Amino acid sequence: MSTPVSSAVPATNPGRKHFRAEKFDVASFFFTGLTGLATFLILAILAVILLNVLINGWSGLSWRFVSTIPKKDFFDPATTGILPMIIGTSIRVLVMTIFVIPIGVITAIYLTEYAPNTAFVTRVIRAAVNNLAGVPSIVFGLFGLGFFINFIGKNLDKLLHSSQPVWGQGSVLWASLTLAVMTMPVVIVATEESLKAIPHGLREASLALGATKLETIMKVVLPQALPGIMTGGILAVSRAAGEVAPILFTGVAYYMADLPHHLTDQFMDLGYHIFVLSTQSPNIEQTKSILYATVLVLLVLTFALNFVAILIRAHMRKQLRALH
Amino acid sequence: MLMQNKTKRTQGWMGIRRGHRAHPAEWLAEKFIFLVSLTAIVMVFLIFAFIMREALPVFTGKMSSALVQPAISVNDIDKIPRVQLQAYLGLTDQELARMDKDTLKSLMEVKQEEQDDIPQNFRDNPDAKINTTEWRYMLLPHQWTGYSKPSYIWQPVGEIEKYNIIPLFIGSLKITLVGLLFAVPLAVGAAIYVSQLARPRLREVIKPAIEMLSGIPSVVVGFFALIVMATVLQNTFHYETRLNVFVAGIALGFAVIPVVFSISEDALTSVPASYTHAALALGSSKWQAAWKIVLPAALPGVFAATVLGFGRAVGETMIVLMVCSASVMSWSIFDSARSITTTIAAEMGEVVSGGVHYRILFMLGALLFVVTFLSNMAGEVIMHRLKSKLEGKR
Repeated sequence: MSTPVSSAVPATNPGRKHFRAEKFDVASFFFTGLTGLATFLILAILAVILLNVLINGWSGLSWRFVSTIPKKDFFDPATTGILPMIIGTSIRVLVMTIFVIPIGVITAIYLTEYAPNTAFVTRVIRAAVNNLAGVPSIVFGLFGLGFFINFIGKNLDKLLHSSQPVWGQGSVLWASLTLAVMTMPVVIVATEESLKAIPHGLREASLALGATKLETIMKVVLPQALPGIMTGGILAVSRAAGEVAPILFTGVAYYMADLPHHLTDQFMDLGYHIFVLSTQSPNIEQTKSILYATVLVLLVLTFALNFVAILIRAHMRKQLRALH
Repeated sequence: MLMQNKTKRTQGWMGIRRGHRAHPAEWLAEKFIFLVSLTAIVMVFLIFAFIMREALPVFTGKMSSALVQPAISVNDIDKIPRVQLQAYLGLTDQELARMDKDTLKSLMEVKQEEQDDIPQNFRDNPDAKINTTEWRYMLLPHQWTGYSKPSYIWQPVGEIEKYNIIPLFIGSLKITLVGLLFAVPLAVGAAIYVSQLARPRLREVIKPAIEMLSGIPSVVVGFFALIVMATVLQNTFHYETRLNVFVAGIALGFAVIPVVFSISEDALTSVPASYTHAALALGSSKWQAAWKIVLPAALPGVFAATVLGFGRAVGETMIVLMVCSASVMSWSIFDSARSITTTIAAEMGEVVSGGVHYRILFMLGALLFVVTFLSNMAGEVIMHRLKSKLEGKR
């Protein structure tokens, strides 16, 4: 990408439409090329990772592989499968959306529709959302362990007089809640963006027709913002699907013979499985094919979702531009 | 009317005065929405509170890891201070409050028997009497038996648990610095190119593509670094240890690039176009305008991007965990190192809940939280100031 730009600096070519400096400037030529090279390098990194995974993962992928529940020794490429991991990851992100979308959307509604812009509370909420987005994922894992499992879970067990820990141990529920806290900023920011993009005129028209503020929000603003909310949800899911650090101590299992049946069961997970396959394999050359295939499945999952989000967003922007 | 109200938005909604009185249900809904929106604040508070709660004994010193402790006779139970008793028995505040005297006495007897069972060769080891969770053992080098000189050692498993956190800090710092040195020039260069020099149509393609990099899960980046990059880099640079700080840093850079890129790009685009136009009108080239006019104006934003990138890098877990995790105390980037995040992730699974090691890992988490919290705050404030300045609000 850098070469065509830098080699074609037409400073001496008077026929160009663009305004250019009159003299050919070596430094400009050189540094434009350099920044172009940096851009190119980043894109190359992205391309190399994706292509590497795609090429090497494709051959290991088969219907049997994605639909098999593996035996205890899942390092054997001939018999192993990743069905429980796909299901585990899907369940934990689904449960997460149930918690994160309502809270995220309501927060965004407050911030755009109700909050007095200058008020102290509004600024604190915004600061908290921004900070939540920057907390390291491993700290969320510790939080899940310290708060959900050791505090809420253990106290629930005590209240219910369970003889052995039911709530006071890692489970789908606690992992999902931990992820919900982590992805809250994603939903809030995306929803807020879509709410802000809705023209004031729509709200004004609704109010002028005698609708109350709540009615306006529920019947005029929210339907318009739906694509934005969906984008937020999808981005949150795609972010959460690949996260491993927050679930390390809150419910992921190294191996389970069965699929999870209850919210209090532990689960196997795609991302964690990639970690296990790449660091604990007895024979890395042998397991490479299933490792690549697992990575490909995870990447397809997260990227397909990301891509859908980008498409919805682009579509939404186009529609809103028409509205304005 | 509308124009007048624009400065005082608090009065109505979007500058519109309400034509009718608020319905009770409306009022209730508003309060409910407000309460739900406080969740983010509550969560930040809870994260801090509950990590601190688990780590508290480390800060208050109510913990002892000493193997051999001066025995306290059961008869002295009333004479010694509660705090000393608590540390001696290794109890939490709640546990201590719940127990009556007889329970405490029987615990002390058990402790006494445990102490009697310790073999003689241990008893002679001076290190066995040390409570290694004191700050001076966690921060300063100590002359351990069997070592030639005072050293910083993180070795939480073994006969004598050593909890010096300095090697972990240096590990984190080294990996983060390598990551930033790799990522910041690339990301800022790309941000300059995309925001100032590239043609608009090219920009529309490149920007989402770079942002896609942030969509790659860190466990996949870690996998790529471990399986592909480590070998390629070793064959190129011919160093000894295959998995080292250098590989981890570069892989970490992949995760940091999108953060630094988007924020610097945001800062560069928020510089008013009139700046560039003026420079071009005076005869400067596009590059000169970008380098001498736009970049200096947006410099605080680039700095904020770096600070936020630092926060992201320090907290990154999976990449570092997969690529390098052996604790080696050295300044070379071609050795392995163990970061704070790696330590928490790798060791939390094997600790006794509520034990000394468990609490120290939570203490590390609390420190990590504080460091990232501060760097995020700093980044936010710088960005906010820059934007209001460029928009001419202040």
